[in-house]
Amino acid sequence: MSFVYRKKMTIGDWINYTLLVLFSGLCLFPFLYVASVSFTDPDAYKPFGFYLIPEKWSLAAYKYVLSTNSFLNALRNTVFITAVGTVLNIIVSFTISYALTKKTLPGRNAVMGLVIFTLVFNAGIIPNYLLVKNLGLINSHWALILSTLTNAWSILVIKSFLETLPPELEEAAKIDGSNDLGVFFRIVVPLSMPSIAAFTLFFAVAHWNTYFNALVYLTDSKKWTLQLLVKSLVIDSDSNGVGAAGASDEAVVPQEMIRMATIVLSMLPILVVYPFLQKYFVKGVMLGSVKG
Amino acid sequence: MTPLAQAAANIRTDRGRSRGKSLLTRMIQHKYIYLLLLPGLLYFLIFRIAPMWGLLLAFKDYNPYAGFFKSEWVGTEHFRDLFESRTFLLMLRNTLAINILGLIFCFPLPIILALMLNEVRHEVFKRINQSIVYLPHFLSWVVVASMTFFILSSDVGIINKVLQSLGYDTIPFMSNPNYFWAIVTAQNIWKESGWGTIIFLAAIAGVDPQRYEAAVIDGASRFRQIWHVTLPAIRPTIIILLILRLGEMVDVGFEQILLIMNPLVMSTAEVFDTYAYVRGILQGQVSAGVAVGMFKGVVGFVLITLANRVVKRLGHEGIY
Repeated sequence: MSFVYRKKMTIGDWINYTLLVLFSGLCLFPFLYVASVSFTDPDAYKPFGFYLIPEKWSLAAYKYVLSTNSFLNALRNTVFITAVGTVLNIIVSFTISYALTKKTLPGRNAVMGLVIFTLVFNAGIIPNYLLVKNLGLINSHWALILSTLTNAWSILVIKSFLETLPPELEEAAKIDGSNDLGVFFRIVVPLSMPSIAAFTLFFAVAHWNTYFNALVYLTDSKKWTLQLLVKSLVIDSDSNGVGAAGASDEAVVPQEMIRMATIVLSMLPILVVYPFLQKYFVKGVMLGSVKG
Repeated sequence: MTPLAQAAANIRTDRGRSRGKSLLTRMIQHKYIYLLLLPGLLYFLIFRIAPMWGLLLAFKDYNPYAGFFKSEWVGTEHFRDLFESRTFLLMLRNTLAINILGLIFCFPLPIILALMLNEVRHEVFKRINQSIVYLPHFLSWVVVASMTFFILSSDVGIINKVLQSLGYDTIPFMSNPNYFWAIVTAQNIWKESGWGTIIFLAAIAGVDPQRYEAAVIDGASRFRQIWHVTLPAIRPTIIILLILRLGEMVDVGFEQILLIMNPLVMSTAEVFDTYAYVRGILQGQVSAGVAVGMFKGVVGFVLITLANRVVKRLGHEGIY
C-alpha cells in the first residue's frame, strides 16, 4: 500500500473505485444473467425478450431439472469421481512428496528427475488415450480418477511446504522409537493440515470441472458427469438429453430456462463452498508462489 | 545434548543414515519411505512414462486391425505431410495470434488490477471486490462457454436480443471466424484476470515502505509513487512471469477452444491440440494425431526449458 495515509478520498480514488466496481460488475454480469433467467416463472418468460431481473420469480426450472434422471445421474457420477478422486489425490501426492523430501533416499534424484520431466513434456492426447484403452478403463469413472492421481506441480509445492517443517520434530519422534511411517502419519500429516486443506480444494475443483477427459473416456451417457451434461444440453442444443429422460413434472418449462438452471446447478457446489473457503484457495496459491 | 546422546540420535536419524553404509543397507533403512514413494511412482511410470511408447506411432501408419507391432513403419512421412500442409501454417498462425493477443491484453490486466486494488483503503470494499473477481477462475470451461453462448449467440444471446429489439441486424459472433480470437481473449480476461492479481498483490505488499517514504519526501504524488517505486519493485516478478508465460506458448487453452469451436470458424480456431483430437481420436487418423501431438510436445518442451533457463540466469528461481 502506498505509504502516505490520507483521510480524504481524492478524485483519483473515486476513479479507482469506479473502475473496480465496473470490472466487478463485468465479472458478475454473466452470473446474474444466467441466474435471473433460470429463476423466472415460466409464464413470465419471453423467448425473444431479455431482462436482467425476472418479472416473476419461480423455481420451476430447477424443480424440473432436479427431477430428470439424466441430471441426477450426472450429479451422482460427478460426486463419486470428485470424492474418490480427491481423497486419492491427497494420499498419493502427499506420500510421494514426503518421500522426496528425504535427501538421503537412494534413487531420490532419479525420481525427482522423472517428476520434473513430466512437468515439461507429456506424451500427448492420443498416447494417453491409447494407454487408458489398453488398461481397459474406457467408459469407466476410474479412467478419470487414475489418470490424474497426482501431478508434478502439486508435488513440488507440497514438497517445499513439507521442507519447512522443523526436522527436530521428526528426530525427536525417531529417538522415541518411531519408524518412518509413524513419523509420517503421526507428525507430518497433522502438521500439514493447512496444505492438505488447500490441496483438497484444488483437486476437488479440478475433478468437478473436468471436461475433456470425461468427454474422451466416458462413452456411455449413463456415465456422464455434470460438465458433459451441461455441454450436451447447452452447447449442442440437445434437448433430448434432459427432456426425454423421464421427468416427473409434465409442465412445460422453456428450453432456455432448463439450460440456465442446469448451468447454475453445475456451479452450485463451488459457489456455495467458495465464500467460506476462499482464503484457503488464496493461501494455496501463495504456497506455490513463494518463488515469484 | 551430551556428545554421546548426540551420536546416538544421529545414528537413528536421517543425518546419520548415510554415513558409511552400503547401498543395500541404506535402501532397507528407508524401506518405509519407499512404501510412501510407491503409489506416486507407480502413477508416473504407468500413466506418464508408459504412454510414451505411443509416440512411436507417429512414425508408423497405425492400422487398428494390425495393432501396434504390425503397423507399417513410415518414418517421418506424417511429419512431412504435416509441415507441408496448409493446416500447419494455419495452426501456427492461430496459436501465435491467440498468444500475442493474450500477452497484450490478458497479461497486463492483473498487474493493473493489483495496483488498483492496492490503492483501496476500505478493507471491506477491497475484500468484496477480490472475492468477486476471483470467482470466475473456479468455473469450468463448459460453464464459461455456456455463458459465452448466452451472451453472443445469434439465436439466444443477450447482445443479439438487444440489437434485434433496437431494430439492428444480429451479429454472428460465434460463426464468424474474425471474432474468434477476440472471444477467446475476452474469455481469458474474464476468467483469469482477477485470480492473476494474487501473485502481484503479494509482490506489491513486499515492497519496502522506506522507498515510499523517500518518494513522498521528494514530493511524489500517489501516481508517481506507483510509477517510480511500486512498478520497479515488482519488475522482477513481472519479468519472471512473462518469461514463464512465453515458455507456455504452445498451450492455447485446448478445452476452451474445443468448446466454442465449430466448422465455420476452423480457419481461425484450429490449433495443434484440436487437430490432434479431431483427426486422431474422432476421425481415427491415429498416427497423424500422434505426430501433431509430438510436435507440440517437443516444441513446448524446448520453450519451457529455455524459459526456465533464462529465468535462472536472471538470478531467480525457475519452476524447476
